[in-house]
Amino acid sequence: MKRLLRHFHGGLRLPEHKKISMQELISEAPIPPRLILPLQQHIGEPAESLVSIGERVLKGQMIAEAKSFVSVPVHASTSGRIICIENRPIPHPSGLNAPCIILEADGKDETIDMQAHDYHHMEPAELRHLLRDAGIVGLGGAGFPSFIKLNPGPGNRVNTLLLNGAECEPYITCDAMLMQQRPHEIIKGLLVMKQALQAEHCIIAVEDNKRLAYTTLVNALEEHQPHKIEIIQVPTLYPTGGEKQLIKVVTGVEVPANNRPVNVGIVCHNVATAAAVYDATQGQPLISRVVTVTGDAVKHPRNLQVRFGTPFRFLLDQCGFDERAEIDLIMGGPLMGFKIADQQVPVIKTSNCVLSLKREPRRPAMPCIRCADCVLVCPVQLLPQQLYWYARAQDFDRIQDYHLFDCIECGACAYVCPSHIPLVNYYRFAKTEIWAQEEEKKKADLARQRHEFRQYRLERGKKENEERRQRKKELLKKTGNKSDDRDAQKTAIEAAMARVQARRAEQEQQRKNTDNLNLAQKKVIEEIEARRKKTND
Amino acid sequence: MFEAIFVLAALAIAFGLLLGYSAIRFKVKGDPVTDKIDAILPQTQCGQCGYAGCRPYAEAIANGEADINQCPPGGKVVIQALADLLGRDPVPLNEENGQHAEKTIVHIDEQLCIGCTLCIQACPVDAILGAAKQMHTIIDSECTGCNLCIAPCPVDCIYIVPVKRDISQWRWPRPETELEKPEADKS
Amino acid sequence: MNPGISSSPFLNSGNSVPRIMLWVLLALIPGMLAHIYFFGWGLLINLGIAIPTALASEALMLRLRQRPIKPFLSDYSAILTATLLAIALPPLAPWWLAFIGTAFAIIIAKQLYGGLGYNPFNPAMVGYAMLLIAFPREMTTWLPAQSHHMAFMDSLRYSLFEVLPSGHNIDSISMATPMDIVKTRLGLNMTIDEINAQFHNLFGMLGGRGWEWVNLMFLLGGMLLIFIRVISWHIPVAVIGSLFSCALVFQLADIDAHASPLFHLFSGATMLGAFFIATDPISAATTLRGRLYYGAGIGIFTYIIRTWGGYPDGFAFAVLLMNMAVPTIDYYTQPRVFGHQDD
Repeated sequence: MKRLLRHFHGGLRLPEHKKISMQELISEAPIPPRLILPLQQHIGEPAESLVSIGERVLKGQMIAEAKSFVSVPVHASTSGRIICIENRPIPHPSGLNAPCIILEADGKDETIDMQAHDYHHMEPAELRHLLRDAGIVGLGGAGFPSFIKLNPGPGNRVNTLLLNGAECEPYITCDAMLMQQRPHEIIKGLLVMKQALQAEHCIIAVEDNKRLAYTTLVNALEEHQPHKIEIIQVPTLYPTGGEKQLIKVVTGVEVPANNRPVNVGIVCHNVATAAAVYDATQGQPLISRVVTVTGDAVKHPRNLQVRFGTPFRFLLDQCGFDERAEIDLIMGGPLMGFKIADQQVPVIKTSNCVLSLKREPRRPAMPCIRCADCVLVCPVQLLPQQLYWYARAQDFDRIQDYHLFDCIECGACAYVCPSHIPLVNYYRFAKTEIWAQEEEKKKADLARQRHEFRQYRLERGKKENEERRQRKKELLKKTGNKSDDRDAQKTAIEAAMARVQARRAEQEQQRKNTDNLNLAQKKVIEEIEARRKKTND
Repeated sequence: MFEAIFVLAALAIAFGLLLGYSAIRFKVKGDPVTDKIDAILPQTQCGQCGYAGCRPYAEAIANGEADINQCPPGGKVVIQALADLLGRDPVPLNEENGQHAEKTIVHIDEQLCIGCTLCIQACPVDAILGAAKQMHTIIDSECTGCNLCIAPCPVDCIYIVPVKRDISQWRWPRPETELEKPEADKS
Repeated sequence: MNPGISSSPFLNSGNSVPRIMLWVLLALIPGMLAHIYFFGWGLLINLGIAIPTALASEALMLRLRQRPIKPFLSDYSAILTATLLAIALPPLAPWWLAFIGTAFAIIIAKQLYGGLGYNPFNPAMVGYAMLLIAFPREMTTWLPAQSHHMAFMDSLRYSLFEVLPSGHNIDSISMATPMDIVKTRLGLNMTIDEINAQFHNLFGMLGGRGWEWVNLMFLLGGMLLIFIRVISWHIPVAVIGSLFSCALVFQLADIDAHASPLFHLFSGATMLGAFFIATDPISAATTLRGRLYYGAGIGIFTYIIRTWGGYPDGFAFAVLLMNMAVPTIDYYTQPRVFGHQDD
């Protein structure tokens, strides 16, 4: 049953740098004295805090709830006391702050009561709810709330559930080690996902440079025999781990642009997400993940099971960090990660790797020589060079003609560029500029609408005044007498007063509920009346 | 010789007919240019351009009465867009109309507000909520930062605040193009 | 704002512009050695004039344009332009030919358009075309291919002062290229066999004597470049393929009145042009399909100019004509983007 694998255009063979962090098994990182838990560790809207300062929480307790749809809750990573809720630096390319809950660990690591669920007999909607409450997001690096990706959507049938064990970026090995050490959790998680999606086929894809992970999974699959789960090896080529690229390689289906894979009946999740899903069914919410700590400035690179909220510096010190080294600290891989300026930022749900790369002397970018090496490697078959020219010229209309928003920012183009042009930087700049301009345009359109309505309102007011004046003039002409006018007014006033009196009498009539009161009710009414009298004085 | 004249005349008539037909068949029905200019302007309705709002300024540009560099809130971006639209050269912002600055909004100091509604009447986009003898307040999301309400207020209770920028509005900065002349890529 | 912001990727392949240029220069060496063997020291003298001229003009223009000089001079692109032009020039050329040609190429065809990466036309070919049009006599005064040459000092003296050693005069030692000869004689309605009989010392196995070796060496150098992935195969294959096909078609139509395809491939500047000149990335098409059309266009125009045009070797003009077509080619050969139907 050999599956025919396809190719995607381009791609790169990269030096892997993976062996150095795979020398030992995943170990538990110690818990730092203080944990910094951002309210937003996922794509979507931030969660809202449920706790107050000074409150004691247990490990696994929900401390922030998801208020909007694209959101998941945050849980306490250990037991302890909430110290404060304030803005702290978070891992983000901007280096800006965001609201975080600061938790001081009490050393006891006491857990809430965990309740295991038998997912076999749960409805898919129930399952999704459970996973949402466990705070599960995509652990491959994107952080999209998983419960949404486990919903086939109305009218969609999921043909294939694909687990992404490719991990194509250099240096990162957390998924590889997870597959080697916890294959059963991954497989069981896959089955939970299958249940939630009602998927037909299940496939696990592993890059062929992870031989041990592959054989471990193959052996583990034997124990889950009645379930037909296919496991295949994909060629080691960057960026095979990209969702749409992996789908093309494994199934041959090219997900149409601006569409989610679920629209063509395929759903793709990361292997670590699958393991987390299984843990959630056993009652354990998402409070930690495997992080690869590696690079040039750590003496002891390896994979650690880290509680969310652990500062980067704490982790680095656990692995023999050389703080005087001239390095760039990066969260994520060397091609898609971003630089971290503050070493105290916490590990969050999307932190798959803490990488310290030696800082090279900065070479200025030469002009583009149109060599088209970037065109050769782009997995989306774009023309990176044209995107570069238009981004640089800030011609945001033309750049969209060349499908800027299809770019997955994998960095392959900038990797091969002989002129060392920071291509991905230009594309990111262009994308955020275009979004900002669209926001501004929306605001401007709204302002124009309000201004036009105001003009209309003033015009209308003027017109109404005119009409009233005209009417009065005509009335005057008709009656011809000013005193008549006053009479008319008087009649109008008397009529209005009569109306008011009639209404009041009606209300008195209707208030029948004050008849036939018992003693207790009468007493309450007397008390209320007494209070009212007092405030009126 | 007559053949030459005849042939040239025939060619001239043929091409003339072709051009005339093309002019009618392929005529581009475009929007009036005023609407297009108005779509580019930032709709702050501040009047710094010298006209009573963005629409009158757009009309003035379309008539040729005003130059394209009179809008301080729009800044360079708007000047460039107008230049591209109208096929002209971009010119630097006319400093007499004002300086280009980061977008700001205003707030009312509620301790001082007397409920006179003068600011409400001044606001070109009705971004102030209130009524006579009732508390007035600015609707932050509607305020365009035109500052027209500050002058009418008799108790000077309106002050400018910068727009709060948070992480969701952060933009990647433009990468430097090195090896270029220092003033070349200023924007 | 955090000044440390800069974006991924944080790794680079190690490729760089100087590295590309150096490899191209390296791959030119076998062909240049063959050239010197068959045509004497003229090439070295031309190189000695062209390279310093190129560097000096580039430095001058960079200074005038207020750009940093060091990064642009050290990327070897000026040296490469000078080398290609020197190879294209006749070995028996006065010094000012190389000087004017190189200065024109660098200053006008490269720097005035914006420097490295901005020139729409191949600078070496612009220089060559300008010289060909302005100084036709000097540009068509070649030497016969032979193993016995003027001494180095004599060549140098001719180059600088246009003085030949006693007993020689320019007409006796110079000769047109085989391509030139074939073209003129075919124009006089001689057949190929008659030309062969008259000039039996002119033709070797594949093409013109001596020229075939030079072209062969350039072919080997070019294949090396493809092997190490400095250039892609599309342009050379398209140029050679289209030139071969055109020549084949016309030769089959009338075998006596047209030179053979192999003659076309191994004479003149064909191999040099296909692998080193047409592949100049800055002035060539960028999309892969576009490169095939670009190369094919060069091959076709070369054949047309060689057979019916006014110049013996039309490669330079063919390249310049296709340079003009590059923006259109790029626009119409955009690849299909992943996830889109044929847009």
